[in-house]
Amino acid sequence: MRTVAGINAGWRKRIRGGVHPPDNKHYTAEKPITRMEAPELVAIPLRQHIGAPCSPKVKKGDRVLVGTVIGDSEAFVSAPVHSSVSGTVREIAPHPHPVGGESPAVIIENDGLYERDPSLQPSPWEDMGPEDIRRAVRAAGMVGLGGAAFPTHVKLAPPGEFPIDTVILNGAECEPFLTADYRLMLEQTEEVVEGLRIIMKAVGAPRAVIAVEDNKPLAVRKLAEVVRDPAIELRTLRTRYPQGAEKVLISNILGREVPSGGLPMHVGVVVNNVGTARAIAHYFRTGLPLVERVVTVTGSVIREPSNLLVPLGTSFAAAVEACGGFMSHPAKVIMGGPMMGLAQHTLEVPVVKGTSGILALSDREASYEVPREPVCIRCGRCVEACPMNLIPTYLAVFSHRERWEEARRLNINDCIECGCCAYACPTRNPIVQLIKFGKAELARLKAAEERRARERETSAGKEGGGGNH
Amino acid sequence: METTRFILSTSPHIRDPITTRKIMCQVIVALAPVTLYSVVIHGVHGFYVIVSSIAGALLGELAVQKGRRLPVTLDDCSALLTGLLLALTLPPKVNWWIALVAGLVATVLGKQVFGGLGHNLFNPALVGRAVAFVSWAAYMTAGYVKSAAIGIASTPAHKAIEKAVDVAGGASPLAAMKIVYDPSLSPVGPGGVPHGIQASSYYKPLLLANPWGCLGEVSALLLVLGGIYLAVTRIIDWRIPVIYVGTVAALTAITGRDPLFYTLAGGLLIGAIFMATDYTTSPLAPRGKVIYALGLGLVTWLLRFWSNNPEGVMFAILFMNGLVPIIDRYVLPRTYGKAARTKEASGP
Ligand code: SF4
Ligand code: SF4
Repeated sequence: MRTVAGINAGWRKRIRGGVHPPDNKHYTAEKPITRMEAPELVAIPLRQHIGAPCSPKVKKGDRVLVGTVIGDSEAFVSAPVHSSVSGTVREIAPHPHPVGGESPAVIIENDGLYERDPSLQPSPWEDMGPEDIRRAVRAAGMVGLGGAAFPTHVKLAPPGEFPIDTVILNGAECEPFLTADYRLMLEQTEEVVEGLRIIMKAVGAPRAVIAVEDNKPLAVRKLAEVVRDPAIELRTLRTRYPQGAEKVLISNILGREVPSGGLPMHVGVVVNNVGTARAIAHYFRTGLPLVERVVTVTGSVIREPSNLLVPLGTSFAAAVEACGGFMSHPAKVIMGGPMMGLAQHTLEVPVVKGTSGILALSDREASYEVPREPVCIRCGRCVEACPMNLIPTYLAVFSHRERWEEARRLNINDCIECGCCAYACPTRNPIVQLIKFGKAELARLKAAEERRARERETSAGKEGGGGNH
Repeated sequence: METTRFILSTSPHIRDPITTRKIMCQVIVALAPVTLYSVVIHGVHGFYVIVSSIAGALLGELAVQKGRRLPVTLDDCSALLTGLLLALTLPPKVNWWIALVAGLVATVLGKQVFGGLGHNLFNPALVGRAVAFVSWAAYMTAGYVKSAAIGIASTPAHKAIEKAVDVAGGASPLAAMKIVYDPSLSPVGPGGVPHGIQASSYYKPLLLANPWGCLGEVSALLLVLGGIYLAVTRIIDWRIPVIYVGTVAALTAITGRDPLFYTLAGGLLIGAIFMATDYTTSPLAPRGKVIYALGLGLVTWLLRFWSNNPEGVMFAILFMNGLVPIIDRYVLPRTYGKAARTKEASGP
């Protein structure tokens, strides 16, 4: 009875904005997570997170084990990278990266033994202080597994002036097609909840909310059975994209708005993805750092869409092969979901920490006509769809006409690039593409402005110095 | 595995299946019942008017786009809709060539001179109508004409209507009630208006079979059903027609007149449902739409009761169209995470 009472199912508030794309989760929702073998060669990029890239800690010819640190950095905003297989380092070389271009990667010949690094030991988090937990989370190479790949230990270290009162565990998984988090909530419920408790301890939060969209009733029931702690509340949210976007989640659950340019901690909140929580718990239980993750390999052209536990560094090609390959040539291959994912130009790219899905779309699904010039019939659909309450059509037009100052005044930098506006637009305006371009241009202009200001300062300083002679 | 080319484009990778063409077609579908019914009531001449108006609108669009060597966009159905909407605001007895010229004016002056789809300031159909209204005022007055006068045989529908007309007189209901309420403002004498006529005696014909008004005013019921269809399919924002009509009704009631009559009579329903909701000429953001609709109601009420004309919908909409850029400039939603709207911002 308490489990039912524990679910706040009355929460059906309509989020502002948002869209309702077909969720297409049927491809993989019923598929239990299965482990795949790593291919003969894995390519593990040294940059898999937001922040400073790692420098290699191994060299050509070294023997590495599962969990051996192969890259690390001194920077605070960074996370180490570990080997996902045992074997020999073949080389450290630029390799295609799913986030774009090429980036240095450690290429390892897999010996197929999966010998574990003996230094990997479970740690009893109940006996550890917040600082030790954070250090362990960093050592595990943990980053946000929802896709953003922000180093988790940084999130868990809010400065003292921003006390955290609530941890939100994000199980919304609002992107269409993706089911990795759903399967984790069903199959690894204990670890997910334990991970949440570890996070609560690390940030000193007295309460937590687990947020799940109401299209996942089985996961909600399973969580309700497992959650024993009265400080953890389970909440179902109306299914609507982008319900799982951090800022949307915070305002829907707590009624708080993250200030423009600010972070969730500024309103006393830390948001973590269920996958991250599960990986954290797994690390404390087994000592195994982040060397594998669940990836939803899906789409109409995949023979056997699956939720795969994939060793990091496995190529997309190998992951697709493990799902029976393509039934027909995909028109588009995406890392992540269809709303925010990144289109790939090759299947050589490796699965990285932020790879929540590999989505292959058919020609019919992926092609639509885009006007050469933005055409706007002023239907207002983008305005209604924008969860940030922006005027996407103006932002697109200003970016197109390179009127940066006006775009900035209309708060272009508050855009979370969720894609709702472009999804909803009947004229198929490439709104998000234009906004991204506008934001990048504004950032470039700002950097140039600051550089000029600095130069002025230094030259003024020199002149001042000269006058003293 | 071979790596052949994949489509590379930014997210989102999927789109809502809605397109401009589908939207326009939905509106045409919503207007279809009233259009067909209008031909039934007004006979084949009504059909000629509709065809001429649509032909004019299509021709105007085609001519400008061909002339300026732009891609021809007749297939987005927007000019077709403009022509149809215009026709429905014309009197059934208007000459076919007036309809044709009005159609041309609608797409050429109403839309293309501003730069085409999405750039016009005023509702194109109403621009066409306004020009015809001013140029051929005599032809444009919508009174009831006996079917014999426009050369068609009497149908049972006509006989029924003629009975109703005998009850209510030949003048349009709004004109009739203007004579009753403010004879001083009425430009015409009380001829043809039965003595002591009650607004309520018009309810039934206005709802079901109205022979007095423009082609699109034959049945308030069909217009409302069309509007509900568009609101449910989320083609139009229900706020505009509901607030517009609500404001007119409320102000009418305050003025001490029959709100239901003034809702059903004249061009209010077709204007509120199909003209005021035109995307391009109405505000972008929800709050702006509310202000716009309130303004429409106020101006319509002012024109109806304090001008020489019995009707005010067309000029109210054109007037408020002109204010849309200002509304869009000052009434923007508050961005998430911003304390208040940063200064004033303006549209492109
Ligand atoms: S403008 Fe940005 S935040 Fe708003 S809907 Fe578009 S992508 Fe999302
Ligand atoms: S959705 Fe597209 S057509 Fe509609 S207002 Fe936005 S940009 Fe314009």
